[in-house]
Amino acid sequence: MPEVLVRARGLTKRFGSFTAVDGIDFDLYQGEAFGFLGPNGAGKSSTMRMLGCVSPPTQGELTILGADPVRDGAAIRARLGVVPQEDTLDVELTVRENLLVYGRYFGLPRSVIRERTAQLLDFVQLTERATDMVEPLSGGMKRRLTIARSLINDPDILILDEPTTGLDPQARHVVWDRLFRLKQRGVTLILTTHYMDEAEQLCDRLVVMDHAKIVAEGTPRELIERYATPEVLELRFDPDVHDQAAEKIKDISSERSEVLADRILLYVADGDETLARVRQAGLEPLTELVRRATLEDVFLHLTGRRLVD
Amino acid sequence: MLVEELTAPRTIVAKVPQSFDLAVRALRCWLTVYRRTWRASVWSSVLGPVFFLSAMGYGLGSLVDKHGTAALGGVPYVAFVAPAILATQAMQSGMANASFPVFGAVQWSKNYVAARATPLRPVDLSRGHLLFFALRIAMNSAVYVVVMAAFGTIRSGWGAALLPAALLTGIAFAAPVAAWAVTLEKETPFNYMFRFGGVPMMLFSGTFFPVTQLPGWLQPVAYATPLWHGVALCRELSLGTVTAASVAMHVAYLAALAVAGLSVAARTYRSRLYV
Repeated sequence: MPEVLVRARGLTKRFGSFTAVDGIDFDLYQGEAFGFLGPNGAGKSSTMRMLGCVSPPTQGELTILGADPVRDGAAIRARLGVVPQEDTLDVELTVRENLLVYGRYFGLPRSVIRERTAQLLDFVQLTERATDMVEPLSGGMKRRLTIARSLINDPDILILDEPTTGLDPQARHVVWDRLFRLKQRGVTLILTTHYMDEAEQLCDRLVVMDHAKIVAEGTPRELIERYATPEVLELRFDPDVHDQAAEKIKDISSERSEVLADRILLYVADGDETLARVRQAGLEPLTELVRRATLEDVFLHLTGRRLVD
Repeated sequence: MLVEELTAPRTIVAKVPQSFDLAVRALRCWLTVYRRTWRASVWSSVLGPVFFLSAMGYGLGSLVDKHGTAALGGVPYVAFVAPAILATQAMQSGMANASFPVFGAVQWSKNYVAARATPLRPVDLSRGHLLFFALRIAMNSAVYVVVMAAFGTIRSGWGAALLPAALLTGIAFAAPVAAWAVTLEKETPFNYMFRFGGVPMMLFSGTFFPVTQLPGWLQPVAYATPLWHGVALCRELSLGTVTAASVAMHVAYLAALAVAGLSVAARTYRSRLYV
């Protein structure tokens, strides 16, 4: 049985009368990649700050690496790597100096920092930019440098808050690739995301958060099996007949459906078979798509809303 | 590869280094940044004192000296004003270092935000940054003391204590200003601080003329300002008019301000960085 690195029970964070995190429970195991999936404002970042020992919990129990984050915050942080949502690189310094400064915060000797800097810059593909200033680097490069920086202390847990938010698709894939390699090497990852593809690609296990609470927990596959169907039939109708079609489909199909503003989603075992029945009933969609269910569908089912608007 | 070692289970060793070590780690970050930016400030810190002493000391001084300097304690105006300008620039250096850079470390460069994810605690960031301010104040003041000596305005062996006196004056301003700056959401209040704090103090705390020249009701206000204590301390040391009692009073006042600033900063840094 793998070691439990983080245990949260009834973990709560309030800011005045606003409850950002409302009594959540979870365990993080050694070597897993654990995700918090949810829309903006669900309480993910507040949770990450508590895990990063920079935000004392209002209530509940939180144990990180066997210690209390309020009393032993500094000792715990020495063992964590943190990739914050916003870049906090020092743009007046070079790529290498950023790692040097950060390594010193952890009290690492210069020789160790030098050695790790070489390895880490190689890992995030920034070796050629080592002596360049940070300012002109692209968003994706800055993110990769932030990831390198977070690994300078050889952390037990790597915490990533929305690691690819704001990156273009290509840069996002490069970051995913690097994170996937870390995961393959057994680094314990905690990440938040509101991208379901990110969660599906990277997370061994995840919780779905909405309105400060955890609404579901499991592996991506488990969640899809539990809260969605093997296939999803997406139908798009002429806007003029959209509502009528939605009504009619409810009669044809006993399966669950979600009527979005622009599309109708049918949760079915066999998409093609359902599509044939829709056509038999005289409905002709403008476009149709049969696809496998994703975490987006899970989220839609659990909350009635989409993840990213 | 470095990250492969991570698979081994680990339990945390709750060993936090001494506070001073942690503050020095924060200081070293600022030194690294300063190594890249010092050129921008080096000329102003050398030429400032030369300009000021030439204009105030000799330009204005030649006029003042013609009318007798009994009110100044019988010394040439340049000798009277030079140590006061030393104290004033220490104040300005303290204020300037502790205002925008502290604000920026939260809002712009986010150095503090990056560093709070490491073993450094808010109190370490506060002390480490203050150590850096102290270094900057000492560097500026040292240049000034050398210029004063070159102009021959230091008239006593006590002048050897001018550098620590100026440093203390600067820190007495830097520590409270940093404690306040870290709490701000916008930087505009700094302009009020300089305009309605720094400038009046420079003008009315016995810098360019003795406080006894002020209207009677204003004199206690001048004596209560921290700058007056810095000015008086530096002047007494430079002119050799120092007594044990006066040194004790000035040093105690300025040190109290520095200590109060540090202890408030420990709290404001914490509430700002740990949300």
